[in-house]
Amino acid sequence: MKPLLEVRELRVEFPTRRGTLRALDDISFAIAPGEILGVVGESGAGKSLTGAAIIGLLEPPGRIAGGEILLDGRRIDDLDADAMRKLRGKQIGAVFQDPLTSLNPLYTVGRQLVETIRTHLPLGAGAARERAIELLRQTGIPAPEARVDQYPHQFSGGMRQRVVIALALAAEPRLIVADEPTTALDVSIQAQIIALLRHLAKEKGAAVMLVTHDMGVIAETCDRVAVMYAGRIAELGPVHEVIHVPAHPYTRGLMGSIPAMDEERERLLQIDGAMPRLNAIPRGCAFNPRCPQVFERCRRERPELMPAGRTQAACWLHAPAAAPVGQEAPR
Amino acid sequence: MLAFILRRLAQAVVVMLTVAFVAFMLFQFVGDPVTNMLGQDATQEQRDALRRDLGLDEPFVVQFGTFVANAARGEFGMSLRQGQKVSTLILERLPATLELSLIAAILALALGIPAGVYAALRRQRRSAQVLMGLSLLGVSLPTFLIGIFLILFFAVLLNWLPSFGRGETVALGRWSTGMLTVDGWKHLILPSITLCVYQLALIMRLVRAEMLEVLRTDFIKFARARGLTNRAVYYGHALKNTLVPVMTITGLQLGGLIAFAIITETVFQWPGMGFLFIQAVQFADIPVMAAYLCLISLIFVVINLVVDLLYFAVDPRLRAERGGH
Amino acid sequence: MDSPVPSDAAAAEPGALARFLDGDVWHSFRRSPVAIVSSVLVLLCVAAALFAPWLAPHDPFDLATLELSDARLPPSWLAEGSPKYLLGTDDQGRDILSALMYGARISLFVALAAVLLSVVLGVALGLLSGFVGGRIDGFIMRVCDVMLSFPAILVALLIDGAGRAMFPDAHEMLAFAVLILAIALTGWVKYARTVRGSTMVERQKEYVQAARVIGVGSGRIMRRHVLPNVLGPVLVLATIDVAQAVIIEATLSFLGVGVPPTSPSLGTLIRIGNDFLFSGEWWITVWPGIMLMVLALSVNLLGDWLRDALNPRLQ
Repeated sequence: MKPLLEVRELRVEFPTRRGTLRALDDISFAIAPGEILGVVGESGAGKSLTGAAIIGLLEPPGRIAGGEILLDGRRIDDLDADAMRKLRGKQIGAVFQDPLTSLNPLYTVGRQLVETIRTHLPLGAGAARERAIELLRQTGIPAPEARVDQYPHQFSGGMRQRVVIALALAAEPRLIVADEPTTALDVSIQAQIIALLRHLAKEKGAAVMLVTHDMGVIAETCDRVAVMYAGRIAELGPVHEVIHVPAHPYTRGLMGSIPAMDEERERLLQIDGAMPRLNAIPRGCAFNPRCPQVFERCRRERPELMPAGRTQAACWLHAPAAAPVGQEAPR
Repeated sequence: MLAFILRRLAQAVVVMLTVAFVAFMLFQFVGDPVTNMLGQDATQEQRDALRRDLGLDEPFVVQFGTFVANAARGEFGMSLRQGQKVSTLILERLPATLELSLIAAILALALGIPAGVYAALRRQRRSAQVLMGLSLLGVSLPTFLIGIFLILFFAVLLNWLPSFGRGETVALGRWSTGMLTVDGWKHLILPSITLCVYQLALIMRLVRAEMLEVLRTDFIKFARARGLTNRAVYYGHALKNTLVPVMTITGLQLGGLIAFAIITETVFQWPGMGFLFIQAVQFADIPVMAAYLCLISLIFVVINLVVDLLYFAVDPRLRAERGGH
Repeated sequence: MDSPVPSDAAAAEPGALARFLDGDVWHSFRRSPVAIVSSVLVLLCVAAALFAPWLAPHDPFDLATLELSDARLPPSWLAEGSPKYLLGTDDQGRDILSALMYGARISLFVALAAVLLSVVLGVALGLLSGFVGGRIDGFIMRVCDVMLSFPAILVALLIDGAGRAMFPDAHEMLAFAVLILAIALTGWVKYARTVRGSTMVERQKEYVQAARVIGVGSGRIMRRHVLPNVLGPVLVLATIDVAQAVIIEATLSFLGVGVPPTSPSLGTLIRIGNDFLFSGEWWITVWPGIMLMVLALSVNLLGDWLRDALNPRLQ
């Protein structure tokens, strides 16, 4: 199926007075309509930046320094501000982390919805209001006719996030970028929001990019997952494969550090060290100082994403030529 | 909502009582209260009579109570310097100060808010930076200096505008206004500009700072992410959210105009309460000082209350004490 | 540009000065023309004020050296001016330039003393309020609220006025003390609030609670942990406060209720000169006015820049 969103070798840089920091280094992935791609990684790995770059809301001095972003086959990374603005909301919807601060506290929910709707769709005030109520209903808010005239502070956290999603969907975008949409919510509410996102993708055919640091959410929601590390993608593949048969040592470390309810394990696996700061990324593979299976090539050359079993991993262990060590690493 | 109002009223009363207390202390312990009330030229008989009347042998609390009761009626005795009743003096000069302050307030708001918005939205532009530089000048220049320079330029050098007094005034009942004559307006120009500069600069800086803060918030980011037009984002969302907190602060500041008028009135010999107050300070005219203090506090307290109510009316978060889920 | 060196390069810990010079503050200072110009101006004013007795060409207070025949001379580059008196003379024959320098001296002295007192008072009360909490905190905050609703100039005028009434024949030192106290009392609230806020934040932290459990005294905790954190904001506030104090003092002196007439500050000079505006002798008031303006403006600029430089969110 033709992908809706394609990111090719995206590079995002931050010029600082001490030199240029490369925050995203040759990121490539694609999302098809109706598919949910999870983007997971530690804080600072570049997940949110990827989302921001796609929406065109990179905070200066950050800028796109290379690569392409294509929506439905057309480039969007080089559009001017006004063209980009038209895309936002209409083609690309965004959901951010904190529902508490995502809504303007001084306006009713309905007014904010109607405003968004009328910005993108040629509807009159009455029709827009009807649509707003319908959106609230679709995102699972009870009694939407009454609640449409309420203020954000009158909603609970979970409800507010639904309003945010309703706002993101107001103009029926085909791509949704959700940046940590459930992090600020209770676990029980998380489940509802996740279900809502899945529904959106499957029923409406939207392509969803779900950014989070929570592997549990990824496991429940996504079709494919990209694991990011230090501004690069370490592994990319179907979620089931990445979780159960991870090919990249970093991903293995991530999976091993999650306590499992149904297994006995004596100690949680820990990866020594910490993700490098942007101004101190090692030569070759970014993970090499911490990798339990590092060898000479890792320190010299930087690996691209290459096929590794049923996923792709940026790791020399899976190089086409025979690797010096076996593929199955001890757990 | 009612509870809120009552609470603020109670606070206001506390503040007024505190101020009354300070004024009372001034009266009693700074200088001689009998002299304060009767003036310098009273006879010994009059003094003794007053001493008894005032109950100066009464306990402290009783004296304070009497003072408050008197103050509430506007009775502060006689001015030590001018030999007239304090209340008469103040009432005579009230219109002059209020008119001047009003014009200055309008100027400060009408110029300051748009300038601040512009400086925030176009912050990279040269013109915005010039504006900010000017605003810094505005808060760095003492008011009296501004007045002097204006006088030097427009009155002495160019001789376009008058430099002292109110000019021709028209009496409307007990209120004398300078706004009904051209001459009165001419006299208003320089003093009101002088008075408004500091406030204008402050308001501009405040609006700019607040707007820049608001522009950084998540909901603005989200508004942009939804593809709202720049106009909607800046003027619909950012501006409204900026003005709400700004409004309270500027309200309080504008109350300060009345106090700043002290300086402006002195430079321009404007016959207002401020000028009266300065003369009182120079001559240790306690009754006038005390009366001015109480009146100013009353004005501030009222402005405070109004601003609070306004905030209440504008910010929905405060209104919904019983908002439903 | 990829930096290949991993972050575990452990060089010897550089000294405080070296760290400062490498730090962001110094760097943005060097880059900012505003900061450089304003600090140069401030330094010039301070130098002129500090070294007035040695730098000033004349002593305006030595009555013996005054010559009435030299009174009311315009600045030296105008006709009728004299090169002996660069900026002109006043009605008593005093050299304006020298009077300026001595005046700046008085102005700065009062302003700095007032701000110092203000900071000490405000920080102390803030620490107390934040650390002890409870009734004391409530009381102090109430006082702050009340004081904040009154403009500084009014507070200063009242205290000064009350002081004058209480001590009508005050000795010069006492008059200065009252003035400094009056100005100090207008400014302490902001320090108290800032410090209180930081104190309360620190107080909640676990290491403070741990320290208290093992018996470390509150004073020590406050000194070692809270104070360093608040020094930055306090410094910014104090810098801007100095400009404000200079202006308040000048205003009070202009109004005739500031420094005693025997020690004229810039405000006093402006007041004196004001009487001569209409007779065309503008220099008597304009030069002190410009000096005051330059002083206040450059301190304000410096403080403004400092605030932006120390604000982590603007980086």
